[in-house]
Amino acid sequence: MAGSTVAHDDHDHKPQGFVRRWMYSTNHKDIGTLYLIFAIIAGIIGGLMSIAMRMELQEPGIQIFHGLASMVYGFDGDAAIDGGKHLYNVFTTAHGLIMIFFMVMPALIGGFANWMVPIMIGAPDMAFPRMNNISFWLLPPALLLLLVSMFVEGPAGGYGSGGGWTLYPPLSTSGQPGPAMDFVILSVHIAGASSILGAINFITTIFNMRAPGMTLHKMPLFAWSVLVTAFLLLLSLPVLAGGITMLLTDRNFGTAFFAPEGGGDPILYQHLFWFFGHPEVYILILPAFGIVSHIISTFSRKPIFGYLGMAYAMVAIGAVGFIVWAHHMYTVGLSLNTQRYFVFATMVIAVPTGIKIFSWIATMWGGSITFRTPMLWAIGFIFLFTLGGMTGVQLANAGLDRAMHDTYYVVAHFHYVLSLGAVFAIFAGWYYWFPKMTGFMYNPMVARIHFWATFIGVNLVFFPQHFLGLAGMPRRYIDYPDAFTGWNAVSSYGSYLSGIGVLIFLYGVWEAFAKKRIAGDNPWGEGATTLEWQLSSPPPYHQWTKLPRIK
Amino acid sequence: MNRHQSDSSKTRISANMRIVVVCSAFVVSMVGVSYAAVPLYQLFCQVTGYGGTTQRVEQMSDTILDRSIKVRFDANVASDLPWDFKPVEREVELKIGETVQIGYKARNTSSESTFGQATFNVTPVSAGAFFNKIQCFCFTETELKPGETMDMPVVFFVDPAIIDDPDAKHVTTITLSYTFFPHASEKPVAAVAEPVQDSNTL
Repeated sequence: MAGSTVAHDDHDHKPQGFVRRWMYSTNHKDIGTLYLIFAIIAGIIGGLMSIAMRMELQEPGIQIFHGLASMVYGFDGDAAIDGGKHLYNVFTTAHGLIMIFFMVMPALIGGFANWMVPIMIGAPDMAFPRMNNISFWLLPPALLLLLVSMFVEGPAGGYGSGGGWTLYPPLSTSGQPGPAMDFVILSVHIAGASSILGAINFITTIFNMRAPGMTLHKMPLFAWSVLVTAFLLLLSLPVLAGGITMLLTDRNFGTAFFAPEGGGDPILYQHLFWFFGHPEVYILILPAFGIVSHIISTFSRKPIFGYLGMAYAMVAIGAVGFIVWAHHMYTVGLSLNTQRYFVFATMVIAVPTGIKIFSWIATMWGGSITFRTPMLWAIGFIFLFTLGGMTGVQLANAGLDRAMHDTYYVVAHFHYVLSLGAVFAIFAGWYYWFPKMTGFMYNPMVARIHFWATFIGVNLVFFPQHFLGLAGMPRRYIDYPDAFTGWNAVSSYGSYLSGIGVLIFLYGVWEAFAKKRIAGDNPWGEGATTLEWQLSSPPPYHQWTKLPRIK
Repeated sequence: MNRHQSDSSKTRISANMRIVVVCSAFVVSMVGVSYAAVPLYQLFCQVTGYGGTTQRVEQMSDTILDRSIKVRFDANVASDLPWDFKPVEREVELKIGETVQIGYKARNTSSESTFGQATFNVTPVSAGAFFNKIQCFCFTETELKPGETMDMPVVFFVDPAIIDDPDAKHVTTITLSYTFFPHASEKPVAAVAEPVQDSNTL
């Protein structure tokens, strides 16, 4: 690949000017970078919201949200208290939507997959570069709509949509008649359209643009994970789009899909939503599986254990993910046999997931392990994801879930698999590919401090929430009885530490760009075998002008 | 060489377009499926009694068991409908399989004509499949003139098959619940379409 490296200087045809390079960008690496920057910004917004909620919950009573409501919306007295309570719910709603649609998905699918999948399969770019540009540029307006929704009227006497990220009717239809909910629905529509376009692009790229000799069964696991994710997106997002369109017409055009007075059924929305919502959590975690597989293999200096099993475990997780949705709805009055089925199907998912966990451990077993920063994050991912998986198996039991439903136990569970699982994989991928994407080496000391601050911080936030949930503390309330004070305080301190972790992360990024330590084409040694390490760091603007041959 | 390249890029473009067309068709059909879920779900509820959906039948039960069951009646009115709506009796005790007629009474307490439409279900929801109604006032638009009172009969029986169902066999009390919602009158549209009827009623 020496040819492409030399071509880098003179003939890379980068578009001139900021607007042409970034706004009109059709280059998968530039768009990937835009996605990553967007995800960092959205993550900071969503993270600040979560810290505000933890500050509020640090002690019983209402501390900051009534002040926030009177500051932002100009409420006084009792109206400020009510406005503050609603604002808290608005924050939980926006935090969830931002972290899912505007942080994890853009980072893993838009960012890392855009950057690395074409390189890894030996393709010069994505199949549809202009569609790739649209996929990205739909996201900022979507985020903007969501943020604007917080400042327009939702329920009578409150601003913003406070119905939770699931947007259940009737709270999202007759419960909040103001335009805020319409803004949120439109925002999710646009983000969904962006993801569907991206998914079509990835499927076409992976099916049609692999280098000669790169069969599906030789394809790197990250490309596999993105392929499965793209199919999940294609199957699930249209159902969400249909469901929230019904919400929209129920709200504005007098239809009665979910309104009992017209013969509709609000439970139907929950079925439609979770038919999307459950695959969605696998959409969030599958690319993370792919990244972690590469990192574990690289730093154990061994090929991944059970490659085919790993690939088809992801296919199995994706497939089974579509037939377990009602385990989110055990309390809506499902018949006993329906519950039996969903308990069983849900537990079946533990099998392919277990195959993945044990294969990662088997990859490390007997390997020559080096604990570079990406490896720390990847091992942290395995540990935390497994812990979240354990509570998941418990919650899969309808009988137990009846007691845990809508408590902090559930909050702890899904934050362990998503906030700690997916986010740790994002940081693992970030440190793994940062030298490749920028050409600069991060400061390992800062990176390690970032890891430990985040690891300790997030565990302090979410582990005590298991105790709170078991003790019966419900979700989505601004206040709680005094008995829950202790662990809530610990949880809040943990969130401040995680917040400091984010600052350390940003400092590390700045430091790497300021010091400009040259990373070299392959900083990780012989364990890094995928194609991106054969290119220069950063890769040439147009890579693989001469297609690589895969043996 | 050049021709070969342009040929291969042409086949690639058509192969790409094929995948795009297939994927887009798939996306469109999934949106269709989500809308198809609405009637399918209603059908599913009616057939299985899922979610406490009661059954409509034409015929009475031919067997009556020597076991009785209690049926309670509940009535609700949406806050923006000025009606007084109550069951005549709070509860009845009947033999399983026995056909019974009970009644609800609705009165318009306002000084205007209002339209209402009722929805209903039974709890426990597992009993829905066994609650058979021969006559009821569900999903029909009802008009009450100011101060008018209307009797609303319900004829029903509890299906003897209930004692063989693993979910429902322990049920000793079933609650039938009706809720009246206001219904905007559709009469003006009809009045414009058929002026003759208008002159008759006036």
